[in-house]
Amino acid sequence: MVKDQEFLEKKASYCLSLAKKLGATDSSVIVKNSISETVNFRNKKLDESNRSDDLGLSITTYIGKKKSSISSSNLLNDNLNILIEKCIETTKNTPEDEFNSLPDRDLFAKEVKDLNLYDETHIENNQKIDYLKKLEAAASNDKKIVNTESSFTQNKSNFVLANSEGFCDGYKTSSFTASSVTVAKDEKSMERDYEYSSKCFLKDLDDADELGNFAANQTIRKLSPKKIGSEKIAIIFDKRIAKGVLSTFASAISSSAISRGTSFLKDKVNQKIFSDKINVFDKPDMLKGLGSRNFDSEGVKTDTLKLVDQGILKHYLIDTYNGKKLNLKSNGRCGGTSNLYFENGNINFKDLLNSHSKSLYITETIGHGSNIVTGDYSVGATGFLIENGEFKYPINEITIAGNFKDMFQNITLANDLEFKYATNSPTMLIEGMVVAGK
Amino acid sequence: MSNFFEKSDVSRKEAESIISDTLQKCDDGELYLENSKSESILLDDNKIKNSSYNSDLGFGFRAISDEVVAYSHSNEISKNSLKQSSENLKSTLKSVKGTYNHEIPKSNKKYYDNINPIEQKSLNEKIKILNDVNDYLRSKGDKVKQVTANFLGEQKSVEIIRSGGETLSDVRPLVRFNVSVMVEKDGRKETGVYGVGGRQSYDSYLKDENWKSVCDEALRIASVNLESKPAPAGEMKVVLGPGWPAILIHEAVGHGLEGDFNRKKTSAFHNLMGQKVASEGVTIIDDGTIDNRRGSLTIDDEGTPTEKTVLIENGILKNFMQDRLNARLMKTRSTGSGRRENYRHIVLPRMRNTMMLSGKQTQEEMIKAVDKGIFAVSFGGGQVDITSGKFVFNCTEAYEIVNGKIGSPIKGATLIGDGPSILKEVSMVGNDMMMDPGIGTCGKAGQGVPVGVAQPSILIDKMTVGGTKL
Repeated sequence: MVKDQEFLEKKASYCLSLAKKLGATDSSVIVKNSISETVNFRNKKLDESNRSDDLGLSITTYIGKKKSSISSSNLLNDNLNILIEKCIETTKNTPEDEFNSLPDRDLFAKEVKDLNLYDETHIENNQKIDYLKKLEAAASNDKKIVNTESSFTQNKSNFVLANSEGFCDGYKTSSFTASSVTVAKDEKSMERDYEYSSKCFLKDLDDADELGNFAANQTIRKLSPKKIGSEKIAIIFDKRIAKGVLSTFASAISSSAISRGTSFLKDKVNQKIFSDKINVFDKPDMLKGLGSRNFDSEGVKTDTLKLVDQGILKHYLIDTYNGKKLNLKSNGRCGGTSNLYFENGNINFKDLLNSHSKSLYITETIGHGSNIVTGDYSVGATGFLIENGEFKYPINEITIAGNFKDMFQNITLANDLEFKYATNSPTMLIEGMVVAGK
Repeated sequence: MSNFFEKSDVSRKEAESIISDTLQKCDDGELYLENSKSESILLDDNKIKNSSYNSDLGFGFRAISDEVVAYSHSNEISKNSLKQSSENLKSTLKSVKGTYNHEIPKSNKKYYDNINPIEQKSLNEKIKILNDVNDYLRSKGDKVKQVTANFLGEQKSVEIIRSGGETLSDVRPLVRFNVSVMVEKDGRKETGVYGVGGRQSYDSYLKDENWKSVCDEALRIASVNLESKPAPAGEMKVVLGPGWPAILIHEAVGHGLEGDFNRKKTSAFHNLMGQKVASEGVTIIDDGTIDNRRGSLTIDDEGTPTEKTVLIENGILKNFMQDRLNARLMKTRSTGSGRRENYRHIVLPRMRNTMMLSGKQTQEEMIKAVDKGIFAVSFGGGQVDITSGKFVFNCTEAYEIVNGKIGSPIKGATLIGDGPSILKEVSMVGNDMMMDPGIGTCGKAGQGVPVGVAQPSILIDKMTVGGTKL
């Protein structure tokens, strides 16, 4: 069982009062416990079981405008005494920074709504094994599948965030995740692909057969890929890749990148950065949402933000420190976005495929090719050639490149948004990108 | 060395008996104990942004029967918690009938000193250097708009207790010093990053104001990029500079030669042992035994002494990198490559310092041999799909080559290639092998471990460059 609120609160208040006693003018602490149980299968047999029990704490102490922090997984009071003393010592020796402070008092979250983020259900390892047996049977149906690996994880977490301004709150969350990774082989090639499902509630998890089948089909269709020539071509991002465009957008509007001047979206608030029809939301209070939260990692309340309205950037993602630097109020985004998504476009998936006589449908990218200072983008990619709305053949060993400033202006979205991850996008078409191949 | 049982309610003897009892019918397994202390001090935007300290203590208990691994970890070293872990392992491996393999090689060699780098330099001294870095770079002209610099230091003590009470231990220091600078000219912004590090004190890397050369290098890269043109798109010849560009070797062949992927036959290399996988003259080793290097280890995380493993010799595939589990199942021996990020993670076969050895040619000859291509000097990260063999890495400093001469700098671009065939495209191997500066971290299955790379300049006859200029 994960540690209860009372245990975590007791540890938190011990730290806060000790910090105060040793000379901190302010302090904040987060205490977290997380227990995960995983079973892995490979080729229809048990491969690994893994249990982890992590208890940890991190405390930040302030002396006036000086600040320092420590974290530890050893929560015995003896150890905490030594560490907090060390933290105070370091704080004293760290130079002042005028923007260091706890959040403004009126911004703290006042009520903690039940967002349905915790499922009491406990799934025993033998039940996980039953699920994975079913999944792997489905995944290895086709003879072309030569290796299957699958995994089932149950995670239960609890945390308390407290600070010297009197904020003290926290709540339990749970997640159940199943995944299937398959390898397919033919005379010419060997390919790997995957599928997974992650939910707060066990009963919402995808069916084992479906998951296994889906992963296998995804993999088999990649066999015997071709390399194509270099050209300018319309790119269609599968949903699992399209969400990455949103993640880059989120990094580029984080208040730290903005205040440091290291983002290609600096000074772009109230300017049109996307094509007309694009709307982007960050909605923290979705029931059972994988990114849902009641407050950010500083305790600041989080309201829904319409980050992009008809293509126009409306907000940065602001925390307390960078907010003070930019002369803006925190909007509860310390630690990043919650449930971030593009609103649906008004064209269906089929019509999107049909919108160009020739396009590339990308199902996987590799490499870390997003530069948020310049907006330059260049990654390795795998996918399919689309001609007249039909998937023609698989493609690999190509790169796709462009600059986000242009890419954002040339996005068309389908109307197939699903809430499968914390960050979600409908299928996305971008015109004017360059493919490098042969 | 840490005494892990000093403040615990379980004595070493009791722990040993729980371990032996749990592992008696297993093929392998151990209790891994770890105590790590780490610090991070960051200067950014003209200020000391962060000074933090982390202390982490915990154990990971592993039992292996045939191919099945049961693992349980906790950060509470107590009788209760060890017993609970033991029960967990036993419940996974219900009716096992193995024979514990007690054999583990021994060595007295050590590749770094038992020091705590965090304590060897005071906070005030570290803060002073960071401020000096900031002042130094900002004095270089108005174009310098942002400076970030940080110290990362750690000391990790590990102890491995095997069935029967055999104990192996190691204390590992690790430091890293990084500088990142952003410059701006005519509204255009570019960054340059450089760093140094390894398993010694900070001062070994920063003495005699050596931090200035780290700053100069970061600024040089940023300034070059200010003048860069869009990169070309398509297949062409590529000359790689010596040192850090060896992450090509790490991604293109290193991961594909790790034992687990080959036992599972999911690596593009699994059926190529003894075959020619690279041009003649290409020799690649993975070496954990170089003094004080970031990827070096006295023993791996299973207690096996590390070694210098020949992976590819003169073009022929010779060995995979093995941990104990994969070695046993593939009927070979561990190469001392069993590593984990920390006690929260299972052991996997991983790289240490992966190096391509020097050949005979000069970099000049290579450049001269290229009509149209690029010269890549510095890289960001890379990634590989070990099954299809396709890998990428990102240039952070590169130039075009036109008619045998180095031309203008080009914008950062991703290069993509095919692991099993790329080394056959190597047509020249330079005589200028160099180690990287000690900054690499390799990610696999969610675990990051420090690694090193090295190579001489090489000429690759055909690779796809992911630029925007057609």
